[in-house]
Amino acid sequence: MSLVRDLRSRALSGGGALLTVLALVLALLISAVLIVFSDPDVLEALPYFFAYPPDTFAAMWESVSSAYWALFTGSIVDPGAQSVRGFFAPLSETLVNATPLIAAGLAFGLPFRTGLFYIGGEGAIVLGAICAGYVGFAWDLPIVIHLLVAVAAGLLGGAVWGGIPGLLKARTGAHEVITTIMLNYVALYLIAYLLTTSAFQRPGRSDPISPVIDASAQMPALVPGLRVHVGLVFVLIAAGVVSWLLTRSTLGFRLRAVGSNPDAARNAGMGVGRSYVEVMLIAGALAGLAGAVEALGTQRTLTGGISAGLGFDAITVALLGRSRPLGTVLAGLLFGALRAGGIDMQAETGTPVDIILVVQSLVVLFIAAPPLVKSVFRVRAVEADGLAPATKGSSL
Amino acid sequence: MWREASALKLELRGITKRFGSLVANDSIDLSVEPGEIHCLLGENGAGKSTLMNVLYGLLQPDGGEIAVDGEPVRFGDPGDAMAAGIGMVHQHFMLVPVFTVAENVMLGNEHVRAGGFLDRARARREVSEMSSRYGLDVDPDALVEDLPVGVQQRVEIIKALVRDARVLILDEPTAVLTPQETNELMEVMRQLTESGTSIVFITHKLREVKAVADRITVIRLGKVVATTSPDASESELASMMVGRDVSLSLDKEAAQPGEATFSVRDLCVVDDRGQLVVDHLSLDVRRGEIMAVAGVQGNGQTELVEALMGLQERVTGSAVLEGHELVGRSTRQVLDAGVGYVPEDRKVDGLVPTFSVAENLVLDLHEKRPYAAGPSYRPAVVREKAAELVREFDVRTSSVDTLVSTLSGGNQQKVVVAREMSRPLKLFIAAQPTRGLDVGSIEFVHRRILEERDRGNPVLIVSTELDEVYALADRIAVMYRGQVVGIVGPDTPRDDMGLMMAGVPLQHAASGQPDARSDSAGGAP
Repeated sequence: MSLVRDLRSRALSGGGALLTVLALVLALLISAVLIVFSDPDVLEALPYFFAYPPDTFAAMWESVSSAYWALFTGSIVDPGAQSVRGFFAPLSETLVNATPLIAAGLAFGLPFRTGLFYIGGEGAIVLGAICAGYVGFAWDLPIVIHLLVAVAAGLLGGAVWGGIPGLLKARTGAHEVITTIMLNYVALYLIAYLLTTSAFQRPGRSDPISPVIDASAQMPALVPGLRVHVGLVFVLIAAGVVSWLLTRSTLGFRLRAVGSNPDAARNAGMGVGRSYVEVMLIAGALAGLAGAVEALGTQRTLTGGISAGLGFDAITVALLGRSRPLGTVLAGLLFGALRAGGIDMQAETGTPVDIILVVQSLVVLFIAAPPLVKSVFRVRAVEADGLAPATKGSSL
Repeated sequence: MWREASALKLELRGITKRFGSLVANDSIDLSVEPGEIHCLLGENGAGKSTLMNVLYGLLQPDGGEIAVDGEPVRFGDPGDAMAAGIGMVHQHFMLVPVFTVAENVMLGNEHVRAGGFLDRARARREVSEMSSRYGLDVDPDALVEDLPVGVQQRVEIIKALVRDARVLILDEPTAVLTPQETNELMEVMRQLTESGTSIVFITHKLREVKAVADRITVIRLGKVVATTSPDASESELASMMVGRDVSLSLDKEAAQPGEATFSVRDLCVVDDRGQLVVDHLSLDVRRGEIMAVAGVQGNGQTELVEALMGLQERVTGSAVLEGHELVGRSTRQVLDAGVGYVPEDRKVDGLVPTFSVAENLVLDLHEKRPYAAGPSYRPAVVREKAAELVREFDVRTSSVDTLVSTLSGGNQQKVVVAREMSRPLKLFIAAQPTRGLDVGSIEFVHRRILEERDRGNPVLIVSTELDEVYALADRIAVMYRGQVVGIVGPDTPRDDMGLMMAGVPLQHAASGQPDARSDSAGGAP
């Protein structure tokens, strides 16, 4: 628990944007080393390194630059594209990947600000996808309304899945990390089971996959011909709502107070248990939104792998974004870009897509260990900043 | 094997330490002669602890030097300071609760026998030797968590002595002690100085300074304002410390008590461990009087107040405020019934450290008009109200948006008091209202509490500081093991109070009339 607290205070205070950027740079540098030494061309040139070093260096440069160039062209813009649409297609892919990450990141960040370590995003995503998807393919509703009802069902499904551990925590003190991890398993097996039932399984198929979402419930593309869809708008609205909630609402005031000092909050007459339930309901709904955009917008069907670890990547997104809505949006875009670009990188240069995981993990590792990054880059200003309150506290 | 600690003369010359624009220590000179008790007196935030952290190598000075026996030295870390013979007992003990005394003493200074085994026997011998030499009475095999706070403190002192400390820094050592333990500590201090150890005694309690100090250095706002002898009167010392004349005794009007509007009957509280911590307690508080609950810490006072505030789960009995039952209500409902509540520990229970002064001032009211409009919170209105309260309660802060955690203890407490008094009240409850505060803030908080009384409200104070109890109370309820031993007037002698706090009921306990006299503490149970 103290570890969680420590991680929390670091993630919330941290050293600011500079530190985040430096962490990213450092992660890319270290990943470059991995790219280099996993490249067959480099390994070929290495045995005669001392006889003719330029070969090795050339191979290394070639390896890293082409991999990172592919990462760029796969995630931002593609200068070699034949059409305007093709030019922007990578950006669209980035946004498609970022959309659920942002929603699920918000679902982690909000409880985090309330002092809860909500690992249940994965399960709530699955529940959101099940509910939204079921409404999407099984119900028959007019256009627009169908989509809205399906999204609402997704929010509701997620909220229930988030509310259960919230209620358990408030009533019995059960630790949310344990209960949410367990509920993740329940959700994953639930969808696996449902996809074998006649209500969910696509007629004529023997593998676990649902019918295609009705056109009326599908999230329309924002730009014709590109994959980026209306889900992005939903998610950005959600980010705006969360931001308002945290800074401008009485509920947010209470949640932040409970997160920072539950004892003082209780003494001031705030319902701490009630706050836990409420924040988990909202968090579940946000994760449910992530599931809904995946089911209705990106995949347009349900499979057992609908969440695909989104809930866990979202934790890193939220930590990188310091659990603040804007930060989470930006971090979600970054991770979306890494995901989108990573696929191209593997396709074009043979660099394994797992490198992206290494980059993501290293970024978070460095964020969690600011002194490491500071010592590498000898950041003085940040250090002085971080030191002042500590010494002040001990001296007064 | 123990050489007599050789005397050591310690000098600080022109020590300056800055934190950003704040000058915490401004060219401070201080010399500690061998074998003297040198008191460092100053309000919270005056720079005492900063100076000692510089001396102990925890902070590096921006200017000036430290000299040991005339030789300038540099302490890069506490290890250097310890090697030079300086030991420190922090306000918050640095002990491992599940270790024995001997294990704690050897920690960080372990001697190893052949084969890599820890030399526990040696540590135990060292503890016993120190313990008997200075009359410390500490069992080397006792688990630290089982020891009373006063004994834990002596373990800290032994830790320093075993490392050959010849100058011992005691940082606010009496803050956590009962009156008896404080007397014992002073005895220990005298014994130590007799054998040549010098002591730097940091405090803001004038009574203690007068009792033990050989010399006194007063620090205010980071500067030495005077070095004086203990002959100086308490009020002289206080005005040096605060920088203006302060009245130490609160000259208050006699209470004009009305009818009892708050009555507690047969209140019982069972804590998390299943112990009955408040045991059929009954108490009446009248309008316009201050009832102080006195007692040694841990006799159920905390739980009593928490039970009244709806913060304890297993509570039976009743507590009626103007006809409304408080037991069984939520904290929200108790507050709404008109109870103002200053909790025992402002940092833990009273304030949200990451919130601004303004936000902390509306912690209890943020969901109500005018601070909220429907679901939205109105920071502008809150800041306006906060500015008003900051002025009224003299909270020293650069702005209402300042983080409350950066304020000094006194100002933090003023924030809590301001918040709790900003609602219309029918009962005011304060637990340890001035713990850890400086003289100036104590005076201010006490005045506010008196004003609340004079407004005709019943006031319930819980305090383990007898000075405070005497200063405020119109009647005193002494608590021991969850029960009220007796309710007496504020003119009860200290010795009698001490006995009652140890559970001995007075035979002729005052009936609660301010003029009722209690004679000597005769009645043993």
